[in-house]
Amino acid sequence: MLLIDCPYCGERPEPEFVYGGQAHIARPAQPADVSTESWTDFLYRRENTRGLHAERWRHTHGCGRFFNALRDTTTDHFLATYRVGEAPPVAKGKAS
Amino acid sequence: MKRFSGLSLLRAGLGGQRAWKPQWRSPEPKPAYDAVIVGGGGHGLGAAYYLASEHRLTNIAVLEKGWIGGGNTGRNTTIIRSNYLFPESAALYDHALKLWESLAQVLNYNVMFSARGVMMLAHTVHDAQVARRHVHANRAAGVDNEWLTPEEAKAFCPPLNIGKLRYPVLGAALQRRGGTARHDAVAWGYARAADALGVDILENCEVIGILRDGSGAAEGVETTRGTIRAPRIGVSAAGHSSVIMKMADVSLPLESYPLQALVSEPVKPVFPCVVMSNTIHAYISQSDKGELVIGAGTDAYTSYTQRGALYITSHALEAICELFPMFRRMRMLRAWGGIVDVTPDRSPIIAKTPVPGLYVNCGWGTGGFKATPGSAHLFAWTIAHDSPHPINAPFTLERFRDGNLIDEAAAAAVAH
Repeated sequence: MLLIDCPYCGERPEPEFVYGGQAHIARPAQPADVSTESWTDFLYRRENTRGLHAERWRHTHGCGRFFNALRDTTTDHFLATYRVGEAPPVAKGKAS
Repeated sequence: MKRFSGLSLLRAGLGGQRAWKPQWRSPEPKPAYDAVIVGGGGHGLGAAYYLASEHRLTNIAVLEKGWIGGGNTGRNTTIIRSNYLFPESAALYDHALKLWESLAQVLNYNVMFSARGVMMLAHTVHDAQVARRHVHANRAAGVDNEWLTPEEAKAFCPPLNIGKLRYPVLGAALQRRGGTARHDAVAWGYARAADALGVDILENCEVIGILRDGSGAAEGVETTRGTIRAPRIGVSAAGHSSVIMKMADVSLPLESYPLQALVSEPVKPVFPCVVMSNTIHAYISQSDKGELVIGAGTDAYTSYTQRGALYITSHALEAICELFPMFRRMRMLRAWGGIVDVTPDRSPIIAKTPVPGLYVNCGWGTGGFKATPGSAHLFAWTIAHDSPHPINAPFTLERFRDGNLIDEAAAAAVAH
């Protein structure tokens, strides 16, 4: 089980959170104007990174807020959590 | 290949079991093959076997980064069924089920396929409606599936508790042709049969790059055992499909999640079939060794760690103990995780890719074992003909772009 450091509440056990998938996927401002390929990217294609992964979590059974995290998917170790709207911190750990 | 028979097994037994030889060679990689398969699980080994046996392509190799059957083939709960909702899926999984029925004879290797019946429980009105819709859809597609009342379900599986539960059993959908097989034997049987046809099985051979020629077509792979050239490359890498395909700049609609399973101490035969519950996320059968084999839902987050959270398996065990009170004092011996590649519509991809000469078989998510022979057979066809077989023609990469999803989320049996 993961211990996750909510940027608003502090470290809490994983069952308090809901995973929100890959972070920093911006919805196209004008969906009607984008190509079918880039709409497919937005809807379906994911990095599925083996290594450092920027992802969303929601502290559902706590403050209820979304935030982002950097996690190594080869170890499940969190390198950082940060608030929505902030850029991902530069990773000090290894990416594989 | 030295064929096995009752007599040959008896003779080996009388000789103190000392006459056994390795069942496949461990050759050095050749510099070039006519085709290579990346991934030495059941799907990859099977594809190599069918390429050699049905398409006469024998100068081929299977590249496995670890050892044969050490990935998801050796980590699943061995359930086999074909009661999927849509005609495309029913055709795909029933193709596999038909191959299962004769696989031991075809491979001359006992894969211990046991059609003991797969019963899927309904716990809510919604479950019951969905299950009956499946039953009708399956019967219209020529796939056996039947609806049982709670009393009929208990008659089929006596340990089942149909009393006043938190999630009462309102009925069940039963596929009698479904069942289990011995997962390791499937990998070993395909490896032995493919090797006998001249296929090189290269273990401890991890692919670290995909080579492309001037036109962009695939022309080989870089591995930890050197460069191997091949004009056709089939990637059958399960949870690591995204990682391999990224080497050829192909982005897939996949996310890889841990899926956990566990086994109990072995006991005498007490459990006659497979029981699954979508709603409370548990499935159970008893292996021929006597262990209860129990599966949980996927973990919440993407990961490549082959382990997951204890609360996920506890949740599955709570459901098992409520449904089968006789197991409340059983001890669990081992738990483990596998990494499963899940597509947005919970259906697999067996297809050509935008890179000529590169083929992919992935996205089997939480239910790839049941499809092993069918998936392998169709993938071999796709590689040999450079074009999909009619059964796997709908399972393309382009279906996500074109909106032709085959949405089997309700049939995938575990929480996503």
